Amino acid sequence: MGKPAITNNVRRLRFDADEMTQADLAAKADVTRQTIIAIEGGKYSPSLELAFKIAHAFGVPLESVFQYQDGE
Amino acid sequence: MEKLMNESSDLTTRTKINTVQLGLWTGVWVLTTALAAFGPKFFWEFNTPLTILGVLINLGIGFGMILANKRYLNGLDELMRKIQLEAMAISLGVGLVCGLSYELLEDIKLITFEPEVSHLIMLMALTYMVGVIAGNRRYK
Repeated sequence: MGKPAITNNVRRLRFDADEMTQADLAAKADVTRQTIIAIEGGKYSPSLELAFKIAHAFGVPLESVFQYQDGE
Repeated sequence: MEKLMNESSDLTTRTKINTVQLGLWTGVWVLTTALAAFGPKFFWEFNTPLTILGVLINLGIGFGMILANKRYLNGLDELMRKIQLEAMAISLGVGLVCGLSYELLEDIKLITFEPEVSHLIMLMALTYMVGVIAGNRRYK
């Protein structure tokens, strides 16, 4: 299996936000902690709405959290 | 109202409320199914109007349960919903494919007994449970 098309900096951004816990981020984005774990681990690509919610939780633009990797 | 509730409450509260409601609808549906199945013989001696009423109540509660299940699904977060929907899709597919093959077995005289719908429901329930467990493991 290749690298996921969408990568993210959620782990680093949590670290930068005073080690925000996965549970805290999950509460802010109104999802379960399991969803945050799956996103952070690159196992699940969130919907646009959830991606924006996560970016808002960190107070950064969307592209600072998620990046699209061209498959070429 | 439902939409407002889903938007205004947090995920945990919302899921808890929807789960309880789904459980209640399912419980009542099971009871009305039992009443529709055994009522004619044990309670009202095959009185036709009462039997029809029993079946209609069972159908009505059944539709209520379906709506409660839809509300439950809509209240989940997107990954949980994806896991549930994938499990349901597999369960539906297995039910359709195996159900038709199962019925065919009798038609072509490979089995001597009549296929029971309860066997199919058990298979679908099992497939659904395996699907949910596999989905949860995949996204851990």
